[in-house]
Amino acid sequence: MLGFAILLGFNLLGEALRAVFSLPLPGNVIGLILFAAALGLKWIRLEWVEETSQFLLKHMMLFFAPIIVGVVSAASLIKNEWLGVAAGLLLSTALAVLLTGFVTQSLIKEEGDRG
Amino acid sequence: MKEAMTDLLNEPLYGAAATVILYVAASALQRKWSWLHPLFITCAVLIVFVLMTDTYESYQVGGNWLTFFLGPATGALGVPLYKHMQTIRKQLKAIAAGVVVGSVCGLAGVWGILHLFDVSRAVLLSMLPKSVTAPVAIEIARQLGGIPELGAVFTVLTGLIGSMFGPALLKLVGIRHDAAIGTAIGTSSHGIGTARVIRDSEMQGSISSLSMGLAAIVTSMLAIPLYYLL
Repeated sequence: MLGFAILLGFNLLGEALRAVFSLPLPGNVIGLILFAAALGLKWIRLEWVEETSQFLLKHMMLFFAPIIVGVVSAASLIKNEWLGVAAGLLLSTALAVLLTGFVTQSLIKEEGDRG
Repeated sequence: MKEAMTDLLNEPLYGAAATVILYVAASALQRKWSWLHPLFITCAVLIVFVLMTDTYESYQVGGNWLTFFLGPATGALGVPLYKHMQTIRKQLKAIAAGVVVGSVCGLAGVWGILHLFDVSRAVLLSMLPKSVTAPVAIEIARQLGGIPELGAVFTVLTGLIGSMFGPALLKLVGIRHDAAIGTAIGTSSHGIGTARVIRDSEMQGSISSLSMGLAAIVTSMLAIPLYYLL
């Protein structure tokens, strides 16, 4: 439970900072940056949070499910243009995946660091 | 009997329990048939059920219990990020270059393809930021003059598409480096893609989460000139 409390604390802090300074990033991403920094600075010890984090990350997909089910609520908005929408989503995602992968892989190979 | 059923479907327990049970079942099926995507199966069954029983609104009450965990789960990405910091730092230039190229080409790709299909301007503007994490994508869609709700839908669908086909597509063309896979998935399909790759590799997952954050920043900045161009 300590790990969960720490993660919720950073989540809350991220949301608070976003609201107070109207930052352009979502609160949970701000929480992530601060949490990673706190780990790096050894303010938070890895063993406090490791088990909870592994559990949450292993099942992260589950937490997205209700959001994806929410797609039904917008189906009527695109029913006349579904073909273009489907093509746009599939092809541009494939394009972004492939180009990003090629650029990163070729730069890493150039540096001779195969990780 | 019918009344008892209706009462049950009005409980928040319904949405939460149905989602968790289906997800566990779909994950078990995936262990047998590895090509199955547990999130896709879970959502497909839920969508059919919700439409058949006309319970979308009561489903979401329980569904929100689960969505709540996205906050701490996103924070939890800090753990693999911290653990692999040494390696990531060495590859940072390659990762950042991938994020910038992928973000620009993703935007250009949406613009080109939707023009080809003659899709309406409101849909185009809502789809442009679809590759970044949902809260940021919704905000960019709004600023560009799109429909924020539609922006949210395109974003989660993109995440699902990238998470279903991205890793296989990369393998097919011979991209096997952890950093390249992580950057490609994080840049193109944000948290949903990250949730997929972190199941196989902590390294890919941490690079994916870093790329997701960088892509959100890069795309937010690109949205400013786009606003004047489009």
